[in-house]
Order: sequence, then structure tokens, then C-alpha cells
Amino acid sequence: MNLKLTNKQISIIEKANPFLIVSTIVAFTFGLYFSLLQSPPDYIQGDSMRIMYIHVPSAWFALMAYTILAGSSVLWFITRNPIFSIIARSIAQIGMIFTLISLVTGSIWGKPTWGVWWVWDARLTSMLLLFFLYLAYIFLWQSITNKDLASKISAALAIVGFVNIPIIKFSVDWWNTLHQPATISKLSAPSIDISMMVPLFIMTFATFLFLITVFFIRLRIEILDNKIVRMREVK
Amino acid sequence: MTDTVKKRLIKFLVSLIIFGIAILIIVYNLRDNIVYFYSPSEIIENNQTGSQIVRLGGLVESESVVSDGDSIFHFKITDGQEQISVKYQGILPNLFAEEKGVVVEGIYMNDRRFIANKVLAKHDENYMPPEVIKSLKETGKWQE
Repeated sequence: MNLKLTNKQISIIEKANPFLIVSTIVAFTFGLYFSLLQSPPDYIQGDSMRIMYIHVPSAWFALMAYTILAGSSVLWFITRNPIFSIIARSIAQIGMIFTLISLVTGSIWGKPTWGVWWVWDARLTSMLLLFFLYLAYIFLWQSITNKDLASKISAALAIVGFVNIPIIKFSVDWWNTLHQPATISKLSAPSIDISMMVPLFIMTFATFLFLITVFFIRLRIEILDNKIVRMREVK
Repeated sequence: MTDTVKKRLIKFLVSLIIFGIAILIIVYNLRDNIVYFYSPSEIIENNQTGSQIVRLGGLVESESVVSDGDSIFHFKITDGQEQISVKYQGILPNLFAEEKGVVVEGIYMNDRRFIANKVLAKHDENYMPPEVIKSLKETGKWQE
């Protein structure tokens, strides 16, 4: 199995960059217009619920990015194809940033809603743990000079840490938490009005475009970085 | 698939199963310690009295909130089966309301009395504009 990216594929990634940046800006312009001006305030929370339009997509993609990180680490472990290691490293930073955004926005929302900035309930604690998992993954890779060893150790951490993902997702159902359960789930009708769901989906789409944009930029950097490492080894 | 890849896959799956079982055992045994608060029924059943600080959560019972000045509040927390009377001195969060979720931190005394030193409003998963709630209430479709 050889999944090395060809030069043609790399040039597609490069050419997509300006297009992705423009669409991200357009999507966020629409998304912010709908979430800040078009959507109504909540009947209890008032305007502070608008934080949700940033908080929820960030949290979703923080979990999705970690799933990709763990998945490509598994594939790297089995196939030892460097492309999976490159994909894993490219998604890590953006996942960490999304985790941080969801923690900070959640805290800003928590103060007017719950009355406190932070509580140590299962959802918030497991989300903080996710942030440290990302941080540890990035630090491990950077601090170990032998890159073969670094790949092994960081991939192992990414896979072991995946156990946290279902814990984050289901923490609000398994244990009593201060954080509310999911508003939008596959099994039941969403407990959110359509006038708030539309802006949320536009913001989710915009956040997704942002994720792809940053991921492609990181991918190019990591491919070049990988080449440098290999050249040094040849020397 | 080459033999080395097959071997790695088997090794990986075996360690995944062992690791998964270990995590399941840990989470299953920790389940009582991970909860952020207990319901009135659980607190009464476990009789968690004494100097130990516990958290109690549930709905604020309707027409149970009484204020006797000096920002001292009395209200009842219910889970539909049991109820506990709470006494609290301090400022209530803005979203504190009757028939809404609440979590209080403090000490459980005997006979269904609780002295709280912290009150947190718990928000539910519903997001609705005020007009929609108004029309739902008018048509009688809103259930609290």
C-alpha cells in the first residue's frame, strides 16, 4: 500500500488555498450576520445564548479533529506509511485551538447562566483533559529529536487518549453534570427553534471551512518538514 | 496485506481490547464519584448528613421560593419523588427560577433540610425565542 501524495495532489492543495480562505470569510460573514442580527434571543438566557453559535461548532470539531488524529495514528501504526503521521500532526494544532475556543466561550457563557465561570463536572473536566491531550501530543512530537521514535510515542498517546472522546460525548448522559445534555441529537427531534438552528448550521459550515483551510496549510508545512527530516537523515 | 502489516494489526487489536476493558472497569467503578450532584432521593437514601459538603440538584418547586429579607432565601428542590428544603443566604443567579433546574452546594441536615452556601442555575437543552414560547403557551402546547 503506497499512499504517498503525488506532486499533482500537493499542487491541488496549494491552489485550493485562496479559494478556501475566501469561502471561509464569506461563510463567516453570513454566519455572524445571522447569529448576531437575524436570530432571536433565547426566552431565558437572552442574548448570551449567541455564544452558542461559536461554542457548539468549536466543540464539535474539537472532537472530530481528535477522531481524525487518533484514526490516522492507528493507520500509521499498522501501515507505517508516513502520510498518516503527517495527517495526524496537521490536524492536531487546529483541534487544540478549537478545544481552547470551546472552553473559553463556555466559561464566558457559564458566568451569566450558571453563576460561575467554571465547575469540575464531568463534561468540563473531560474537555479540559482533551486540551491537555492535544498539548501533550504536540509537545511530544516536538521535543523528541529522533522522529521515528517521536512518531511512535505521539501516535500511542493519540490512540490511548481517544478513550476520552466517548467520555466527553456521553458525560452529560452518564453522570449528573451542570452542563446540559445535547440539544441536537440523531435520536430525537432537536430542542432548538428553527430560527436558531439555521444560524447554528451556517456557523458550523463556516467553522468547517476554517478547519479545512488551516488543515491544508498545516498539511503543506508538515510535508515540507517531513522532507527536511528525511534529508537530514540521508546526510 | 503483507505479513508484517497483519501482525501489527493483530497486536494492535489485542492491546485495544485489553485497554478498552481496563477503561470500562475504571469508569464503571468511578461512576458514583464522577457525578457533579445528587438528586433529593439519593441524598435522603444515602443520608449524607454531617459536616461533609455535598451538591444537591433538581427542579425548584413551584411557589416554594420565600425570601425573609437580608437576602435569605428558602426554597424546595424536587426530583418528582422527594423534596428537600433549602436555606440560602446570598445572591441568587439571574436564571434562578421556579420550575427550573438548580444545583446547590452545602450541608445536608437531617429531616430534609439543606443549608446551601452556593447556588448555581442549571440550564436545560432547550433554545427558543420568546415569541415561540408565548404562542406555545397560548395554544397550550408548552409543558413545564
